Amino acid sequence: MSKVATFERGIHPKYNKELSSGKSITPAKLPQRVVIPLSQHIGAPAKCEVKIGDEVKKGQVIGSPAGFVSSPVHSSISGKVIAIADFPTAVGRLVPSVVIESDGKDEAVSFKENPNYMNLSADEIKAAIKDAGIVGMGGAAFPTNVKLSPPKEKPIDTVILNGAECEPYLTADHRLMVERPKDVVEGLKIIMRSLGVNKGYIGIEENKPDAIAAIKSAASGESSIEVHTLEIKYPQGAEKMLIKAIKNREVPSKGLPMDVGVVVQNIGTAIAIYEAVRFGKPLIERVVTVTGRGIKEPRNMMVRVGTLLSDVIDQCGGLVEGAVKVISGGPMMGFAQWTLDVPVTKGTSGILVLSEEEYVSSEEYFACIRCGRCVDVCPMGLNPSMLSILIEKGHYEEAKDYNLYDCFECGSCAYVCPAKRPMVQFMRLAKSQVKP
Amino acid sequence: MATDVKSHPLVVSVSPHVRDEESIAKIMWTVNFALLPAFIMSVYYFGPRAVYVTGLCILTAVLSEHLFQKGLNRKITSTDGSAFLTGLLLGMNLPPSVPFYIPIVGSLVAVVITKMLFGGLGYNIFNPALVGRAFLLISWPKLMTIWSTPTAQFLAMDAKTTATPLGILKEEGAVKLMEVFGDKMSLYSHLLLGNRAGSIGETSAIALLIGAAILIYKKYITWHIPFSFLGTVAVAAWIFGGKGGLFTGDPVIHLLSGGLMLGAFFMATDYVTCPTIKKGQIIFGIGCGAITMLIRLKGGFPEGVMFAILLMNCFAPLIDRGVAPKMFGAVKKKEEKK
Ligand code: SF4
Ligand code: SF4
Repeated sequence: MSKVATFERGIHPKYNKELSSGKSITPAKLPQRVVIPLSQHIGAPAKCEVKIGDEVKKGQVIGSPAGFVSSPVHSSISGKVIAIADFPTAVGRLVPSVVIESDGKDEAVSFKENPNYMNLSADEIKAAIKDAGIVGMGGAAFPTNVKLSPPKEKPIDTVILNGAECEPYLTADHRLMVERPKDVVEGLKIIMRSLGVNKGYIGIEENKPDAIAAIKSAASGESSIEVHTLEIKYPQGAEKMLIKAIKNREVPSKGLPMDVGVVVQNIGTAIAIYEAVRFGKPLIERVVTVTGRGIKEPRNMMVRVGTLLSDVIDQCGGLVEGAVKVISGGPMMGFAQWTLDVPVTKGTSGILVLSEEEYVSSEEYFACIRCGRCVDVCPMGLNPSMLSILIEKGHYEEAKDYNLYDCFECGSCAYVCPAKRPMVQFMRLAKSQVKP
Repeated sequence: MATDVKSHPLVVSVSPHVRDEESIAKIMWTVNFALLPAFIMSVYYFGPRAVYVTGLCILTAVLSEHLFQKGLNRKITSTDGSAFLTGLLLGMNLPPSVPFYIPIVGSLVAVVITKMLFGGLGYNIFNPALVGRAFLLISWPKLMTIWSTPTAQFLAMDAKTTATPLGILKEEGAVKLMEVFGDKMSLYSHLLLGNRAGSIGETSAIALLIGAAILIYKKYITWHIPFSFLGTVAVAAWIFGGKGGLFTGDPVIHLLSGGLMLGAFFMATDYVTCPTIKKGQIIFGIGCGAITMLIRLKGGFPEGVMFAILLMNCFAPLIDRGVAPKMFGAVKKKEEKK
C-alpha cells in the first residue's frame, strides 16, 4: 500500500461517479452549428478576427489574444460565420461570440507537427501552448502559458498534475487517465521542461484504482515523476489542498501556488498541452462528462467547443421526466443553467442533470444554530458560521477581518449546514461589496 | 423535444447543488430520541408522575412557540423538535412532585422569554431549559427542592420526601452517604441505575450514557465539551472533595450524582449556546466543570451544574472570538511580514 496523502478538514459527499466512470470517451456528433465565445478564459476577451460570411476551417484562429493575460480562440468546425453577437454562457454572463454554421466537411487547417518536441526550448513550448489557446480545463480557465511563466523571483521546483477529480459525478479526467495515460505523462514532461523543473507529481484519489494503475505503468520509466494516491475527500483537487497533500507546503493566505514553488495543472490540460506541442493542435474540443440521474444515458464525450448543451444532452438520450436542474460543471462548484442554449467551452468539465430524487431545494434556510459543522469542514480554516452571520447583518468590512477573501467558495460549509444556509451566496455577496 | 426547457422550467440556484441530509429537525428529534432511555428509567422509578410533569412541559413549550410565531406572523418552526427538546429537558430537570403550574411557568419562561424574545432558535444566548429551571428555583425554592424517593407513585404525590445524594454529601458527608445506601458498591450501582432521589431525568447515569453514545456515534456531539466538563469535575472532586484533606475526594460520587450527566451531554452541548470551535469547547467544558465543583463544594446549593452552564453560556461568544480556528496558510503569512 502506498501512503494516502490529504489535507485537513474537508467533506465526504456522495460521489455518484459510478453513473459514468465505466463509460469510455466517445466522440460527440459533429455539431451543425457552434457558438464560440471569444472569452472562455480569465483575462481580456480575444479580439474577433472574422466577419459574418467568412468561410472558416477547423482550427482556424477566429479570435486573437488581446493582452498578456488572454488567449486565442479557434473554430472547432469548418463552415461559415453566420453571426457575431453577445450570447449567454454557462457562467451566466453575456459574451461576444462567433456563430459558425457547419459545412459538414470538418476540414482542418494544417497543424505544425513537432516529432522532436522534447528538444524544444521552454519559450518554444510556451509559444505553442499559447498559440493553441490552452487554458486551465478544470474550470478556472486561466491561460496556461501565463501560468507557465512565473516571475523570476518565484522559482518553481515542482509540477503537480491534478488527477484528484474530487467533484462528485465528474469522470472526465478519470477516463482520460485510464484511456490515455501515456499522453498525460508526456504532457507532464512537457510542462516540467517548460518550467525547467525536474520533479513532477500526479495526485489521484483512491477511488480510481484503474487510473492509478494505468498512470503508474505509463510513468514507470520516469524517475522524475511520482504518482501519489490521495484520500477521497472534497476539495482534494483544489490547488492549495493538493499541494498540501503531496508536498506538505502551505500556500500563504492570499498567495498563489508559485509562492511555494509549485505549478498545478489539470489532467485534461496536460493532454491538450501534449497535443498542442506534439501535433500543433489547438484546443477545440474537450472531454465532457454528461451525467446525473436526470439524463437518460450518462456518458463521457469528446465535445467540440461551441456545441450547445441542448445538443449534447440530446445525444445522451435527453432529459428524464422530472429533471430539475442542469449544471455546468460539478455539483459543488458548478453553475446552474436557466437555458440549455449555452455552449460548451474550454472550461466545461461536465454537464450534470439532477433528477427530482437527487435535487435538494435550497429555497428555505434558517438562522445559524452555531453547530460548528462548517468550522469543522472549511478547508481554509475559516469560521464560515461567523462570516455568514456578519454578512447577513451587512457587516461586510468585519467579514473581511474574518478572512473573507481566503474563501474560495468550495461550498463545503454549505454542504454540511443543517440550517441549509446559502453560504456561498453570502460570501459572493460580501466580496461584491468590499474590495480584498 | 426532450430538452424543451420552456415546458419544463429549470431550477437555478447558487452552488453547491448537493447537500448532506442533516437538518435542524433531524438533529433535534434525534436528541429527543437519545433522551428516551433516561426518560423510560424515570417513568420506571417515578411512575405516571414523570409523564405528567414532562408532558406538561413539552406541551407548553411547543404550543407557546407555535402561538408566538403565529401571532407575530413568523415562520412556524414548532415542529422542528427544538421546542419539544426544551420542554423535555426542562421536565427532566424538575422534581417529580411539583404542582401543575410549575412546568407551565417554566416552559413559558424557557421558550417565550429565553428563546423567542431573543429572535428564536439560533439567537438565544442561554440554554432555554436551564433558564426556565433557574427561574423556577428562584421563584419557588421550596417546591423545587422537594425530592421524593423513587417508588412508583401516582398523580397525587405523597410527601415522602428525602434528600438527594448530593444533598446528603453536602450536609453530612460521604460516610453518611455510604450508610444510607449500604456500602460503596451499592451506592455506585444505585447512582448508575438511577434508584435514588432526584430530578425526573437525572436519575440513571447508565441510561443517559446510552443516549450520549447515540449522539456521539451520530456525530451530533463530540467528546470536547462533555469530557472536559466531566474530567474537570472528577479531578476537582478528587483533589478538593474529601473531608480528610486534599486528594481524598471520591470523584465517582460526584460524577454520577445530580444533573451532571444530563448537563454535560445534553445541555452544555447545546449548539446555540456553546462555542462553535473545538478548542473553545474544551475551555467551555473546563469552565463548566470548575464552576459546578465550586458551587457543589463551597456554594449555597448542593448542585451547581445548572448555574455553571448558564454562566459559561455568557462566555461562549467571547471564547469563540478568542480561539479562531487555525487558518490555512496563516503561519507563513506572518513569517513573510517579518
Ligand atoms: S466556501 Fe469558503 S468558507 Fe465555505 S468551506 Fe469553502 S472555503 Fe471555507
Ligand atoms: S453549519 Fe450552518 S448552522 Fe452550523 S454553524 Fe455553520 S452556518 Fe451555522
